[in-house]
Amino acid sequence: MSRRLLTGWGRTAPTVADVWEAASTEDIRTATVTAGRRGVLARGLGRSYGDAAQNGGGVVLEVGERSVHLDRSTGIVAAGAGVSLDELIRVLLPQGFFVPVTPGTRQVTVGGAIAADIHGKNHHADGSWANHVVDLDLVLSNGDVVTVGPDSDAPLFWATVGGMGLTGVITSCRFRAILVQSGRMSVDTWRTANLDDTMALMVERDRDYRYTVAWIDATGSGSRLGRGVVTMANHAAVDAAGADKSLQFNDTPRVGVPPVVPGGVLNALTIRAFNELWFRKAPRQRSGELQGISEFFHPLDMVRDWNRLYGRGGMLQYQFVVPDGAEDTLRRATEQLVSGGASSFLTVLKRFGPGNAGYLSFPFAGWTLTLDVPTGVDGLSTLLDDLDDRLVEVGGRVYLAKDSRLAATHLSRMYPRLDDWRAVCDRVDPAGVFQSDLSRRLGLRSFTHHSTPLEAR
Amino acid sequence: MKDALGNVQGILLLGGGSDIGQAIVREILRGRRPARVVLAARGTGSCGAFVSELTGMGHHVEVVGFDANTPASHEAVLDMAAAGGDLDVVVSAWGVLGAPQDTLDADPIAAAAVATANYVGVVSAGLETARVLRAQGHGTLVHLSSVAAERARRANFVYGSSKAGSDAFMQGLADSLVGSGVRVLVVRPGFVRSKMTAGMKGQPFSTTPEAVAAATVKALAGNAHTVWVPGILRMVFLVFRHLPRAVWRRMPV
Repeated sequence: MSRRLLTGWGRTAPTVADVWEAASTEDIRTATVTAGRRGVLARGLGRSYGDAAQNGGGVVLEVGERSVHLDRSTGIVAAGAGVSLDELIRVLLPQGFFVPVTPGTRQVTVGGAIAADIHGKNHHADGSWANHVVDLDLVLSNGDVVTVGPDSDAPLFWATVGGMGLTGVITSCRFRAILVQSGRMSVDTWRTANLDDTMALMVERDRDYRYTVAWIDATGSGSRLGRGVVTMANHAAVDAAGADKSLQFNDTPRVGVPPVVPGGVLNALTIRAFNELWFRKAPRQRSGELQGISEFFHPLDMVRDWNRLYGRGGMLQYQFVVPDGAEDTLRRATEQLVSGGASSFLTVLKRFGPGNAGYLSFPFAGWTLTLDVPTGVDGLSTLLDDLDDRLVEVGGRVYLAKDSRLAATHLSRMYPRLDDWRAVCDRVDPAGVFQSDLSRRLGLRSFTHHSTPLEAR
Repeated sequence: MKDALGNVQGILLLGGGSDIGQAIVREILRGRRPARVVLAARGTGSCGAFVSELTGMGHHVEVVGFDANTPASHEAVLDMAAAGGDLDVVVSAWGVLGAPQDTLDADPIAAAAVATANYVGVVSAGLETARVLRAQGHGTLVHLSSVAAERARRANFVYGSSKAGSDAFMQGLADSLVGSGVRVLVVRPGFVRSKMTAGMKGQPFSTTPEAVAAATVKALAGNAHTVWVPGILRMVFLVFRHLPRAVWRRMPV
C-alpha cells in the first residue's frame, strides 16, 4: 500500500489515495470489507480524463487479475479485469480474433471498459462494450462475489456497465470476440467541406462500413464550419492484407513526451496550425488504403504520455451526444466552441447507433462530438456550462468517463434512469462503500443541494 | 470537489466576519456556480450581511460558532464543517491588532490575549484543518499572515510576533502536508485598509481587501506557497529583514 497523488488522463484536480495492489479476489474482498469512511474504488490504467478513477482520502485498488483465455470454438474470451485491450489484441489477433469494441487507445483495462461501457468507431454497427459481454464477476460491498449478466441479475449487470465502478469491483469478464481475417484495415477517406457535408456522408455511407469516424477541423468557421476528414473502414480480407503479415501485431509507442513540458506548447496558435495541416494533408478521396491497427484505431498510442503536452494546467475532454433530430444543437454547439476559442487539437464526430439497457451507459442513437481542450482557455467553464444547458434541452448528455467539470445539477436530466441506477446501488451497497471523486463531485449516489457525501460506515 | 476548471464546491471561512476573509471568499466564487460556504465566526452578527449576500447569489451558507481563543472547541467546528461535504478551500482569516503598542507595553494580560488569538488559535485550528483535509486527500488552507510576520517592529511587536509565530507554524504545517494532497498558501499583505485598521494612518504600499483577495485567488490557481500583496513588498522586506537592528528600530514605518 502506498499513498499516491492521482489524477485522470487530463491531469487536473489531483487527490491523494491509499493505492493497494490487489493481486487476488481475496485481496479485493479484504479491502472492501475493511473500507473506511472514504470507501474503495478500482482503478485501471487511468485513461478516464477526469476524476472517475480517483478516490481522495480513500482506497484505490489496482486490480491484478490478468489472465486471458480464448475459447476458439465459440469466440468467447474470459479475461481478468486488469487486462488491457493492448494485451488482449496481442493474444487474440494471431488467433484470428479481435476485441469487439476498442476506443481511441488500447491502454484501457477490461474492468474500465465495463465501468465506462466504452464505445468505438463501430458503435453504429456493434454497440458498446456491454453489448458483447456474456457475464462478469463482481465483488460486492459485503465481500460476496457474484456473477452477473444480461440473463442473471440483469438490473445489477446493467447498473454495473457504465456504472463507473460504483456497484462493486469487477474482477473478470467473459465477452464475445469478433472474427477477423487480418490485422489490416481497409480504409476509405473523404475530405468534407462543412458540417452538413460531413454529416450527410456519414448518414449515407456508414451502413456499408463497420468503423466510421470524422475528424473535424476545429478552427474552421463560417462556411468551413465542421469541415473535416471522414474515414470509414472494414477489417481487410486476408488476400488484400497479404498473407505473410496478415495477423501480426507488434505496435509499440514510437516516441514519448518528457515528464516536464514547458507550458503552452499546445496553444491556440499551434492547435490552429495542426488543424490546418491535418486537413490539407488528407486526400480529397481515397479508397481501399490498408492501415494497421494502431494507425487506424489508436494513432495517439504511438506517442507515450501525449497528455503531458498540455503542460501543468492539464486538459479536459468534452464529449457529448445529442439524439438524431437535434442536428441544429450539434451545429450551434460546434459554432459556440469554435467562436468561444475552445481550440481543440483533436475534434471527433461520430454517429452512434442505438444505446443499450445500461442505466448510466453513455451512447444512444445520435451524434457524438469529442474535443480536447487545454483547461487554461478563458471562460471555458461558462462556455461548457452553457453548452450543457442546450444539451439537456434536447435530451443530450456528456460522457461521465471524460467528465471533469459537469455541474451536479445537470446530472439527473442527462441521465434520466439515474434513480433506477441508485436503487440498484442502494440494494448492493447500502453503506456507500464504493466511492470516487467523480461520485462525490456529482452526487452520483445521492444528490442533496451540495452533493453531500455518503455516510459510509 | 474542486473540478478541472477551478469550480469549488465547499469553502470554510474561519473568521467569518473578517473583511479580507470575506473578500477572498467572494473572489473565489465570483462568476462561479453555487457552492456550499461555511462561515465560522465568533458571533453571527459579524457576518449577517455576508450571509445574505452569498445566499442571494444562490450559494448555500452555514454559520457555525467559532472562538479562536478556545482551542478545545476547534475539533468540533472542523468536524461540523466537513460533515456537509468536502472542503476545497479553508481560509483562516481571523486576527486582532490589539491596543496600540504603548498601551500593551504596560498591559501584559491584553498583550497575551493578542498572542492567544493570533497564534495559539491558529495552531489548534490549523492542525484540525490539516486533519480534515488530509482525510479527504485534497484541499487548500489559505492562511492570512502579514508582512509584520517577517520582522517584528518596535511599533507593534506584540502583533508582529504573534503573526510571526503563526506564519512560521503554517510553513511547518505546509511541509508536514507534502504528499498528502493538501496545500497551504500563506498570504502576507502589507497594511490593509479594513475594519481592523479603521482610523489608523495608512502606510506605504497599503492595499485593500479586494486586492488581497485577487492576489490570493490568482495564487490559488498556481503552485505558490506564499503570496505578498502587493508583490513589491517581497522585495522591500528582503531588504528590511537584513537591515541592522539599530537602523530597523528607527525606521519610520
